[in-house]
Amino acid sequence: MIETALIVETVVKAIIALAVIAGMAGFATFIERKVLAFMQRRLGPMHVGPYGLLQLAADGIKLFTKEDIIPQNVVKPIFMIAPVIAAASAFVAIAAVPYFPEFTVFGYTIHPIISDINVGLLFIMGAASVGMYAPLLAGLSSHNKWSLLGGARAVIQLLSFEVVSGLSILGPVMMIGSLSLINMNDYQIGGVANWLIWKQPLAFVLFAIAGFAETNRTPFDLIEFEAEIVSGYATEYSGMRWGLFFIGEYANMITISVLVSIIFLGGYNDIWIIPGAIAMLIKVSLWIFLFLWVRAAWPHVRPDQLMWVCWKVLMPLALINVLITGIVLV
Amino acid sequence: MELRGFKNRNVSPGYIFFEGEPKPLTSWEQFKRFLSRAVKGELFVGLWIVLREMIRFDIHTLQYPMEKLKMGPRYRAIHKLLRLFDSGSERCIGCGLCEKICISNCIKMDTKVDEKSRKLVTQYSINFGRCIFCGYCAEVCPELAIVHGSSYEHASEQRASFGLKEDMLTPLDKFKANKQKEFPGFGALSKDADKFVKKTPLAY
Repeated sequence: MIETALIVETVVKAIIALAVIAGMAGFATFIERKVLAFMQRRLGPMHVGPYGLLQLAADGIKLFTKEDIIPQNVVKPIFMIAPVIAAASAFVAIAAVPYFPEFTVFGYTIHPIISDINVGLLFIMGAASVGMYAPLLAGLSSHNKWSLLGGARAVIQLLSFEVVSGLSILGPVMMIGSLSLINMNDYQIGGVANWLIWKQPLAFVLFAIAGFAETNRTPFDLIEFEAEIVSGYATEYSGMRWGLFFIGEYANMITISVLVSIIFLGGYNDIWIIPGAIAMLIKVSLWIFLFLWVRAAWPHVRPDQLMWVCWKVLMPLALINVLITGIVLV
Repeated sequence: MELRGFKNRNVSPGYIFFEGEPKPLTSWEQFKRFLSRAVKGELFVGLWIVLREMIRFDIHTLQYPMEKLKMGPRYRAIHKLLRLFDSGSERCIGCGLCEKICISNCIKMDTKVDEKSRKLVTQYSINFGRCIFCGYCAEVCPELAIVHGSSYEHASEQRASFGLKEDMLTPLDKFKANKQKEFPGFGALSKDADKFVKKTPLAY
């Protein structure tokens, strides 16, 4: 009986998380267009609905009703499955992410996490890294030089940032002694002074940079940079398959924002009078705004610069951080 | 002076030639350059500038079909034929100067002498496929009859659109409603021109 309840609860949570994250990912595209527009003295979408709010629905209808074009000479099964990998891996990663503090509804305590596994962080990083197969497979299977270049860039990007994100997160993990995100959250109970960002500032910066690389956001958006390789791995895609790549990217953005908020910025603990859930929403929103803000302001880097900065600057810094953390802990 | 001296026009006192940053030779210099570039904070200047623009909210978008640009009086768009203010008859006296001066030969007019032995313009047309909107016709017109309007939406289904006499001539009902605007003269300033005047700097 308890097992049935657990299964039902997990399924319901999974459906809710999927729907909410997918909706938020869609809404984030609208917010991105608006924020970018305001920063460039434009108005952005204005015509569909009040202040363009229904643009989201219009885009969704367009994507869903477009013809699903599969070009000649592509490797059909791989071409068709690559966008599914992008979206699926992004949504698999959110399974181990806690969003809010636990709350009680009708005497039933709900933990807003689909599955509290004790290696949650490792699981998320792994699942998000699997997402890099999507651009790689899409690039290889599309019969297109730009796609191929985009896929190759995806691989060098993975090889560059993965080391940094792994090593930078090692410092906090050593201090907390657990890979579970709930433990990380509980470690920072008790106000802003207890946030991990004050104890691990370098790890925070490194993880943030790696997060930008992991989500292919602007300073590191070289796998789909229009001016160089048209649209990168997504050149041959259209309609909903392209939309799946997009949803995956935005879901990844949300995941990274939640991760940073939980690991470094105090998680969903109450701040002063602000309840934990609201604090979490504020942090995640601010972090997503930072993603958009950076996109409006900064140019992107070349692939060789990315590799250089990741291997020659960020990785040694991460190692030094691990070393110092170890010395301090001992 | 030699020919070379004339050809070398760009070199005059006051020009500063910038050869680019000196390349770092040793690895220590490279490291210093990396540090100075990385720690300078220029990235944050960029972030601040876009945030400032967002806060200032000085939107420059013109939502076109609902809002339209106000063209200045110097703007040369599709022509108009005006009427005399007191009598309402056409200003054009059929002198043919515009037809003569038109450098792309796109104005054609037919005239005849009417029963009062006045010259009457029976046909007047401009081929807007050829017109380069130079404004000579409006400039040369002694009666301020042909002028440039300010409507810049030139899309149409036919080449002949906008270009016939009945398209350009102010309609009588519009004229009677006192809606014919006087042409302020070729090269006139806009009403808010004073706002844009800046004092000439004494030395640049």
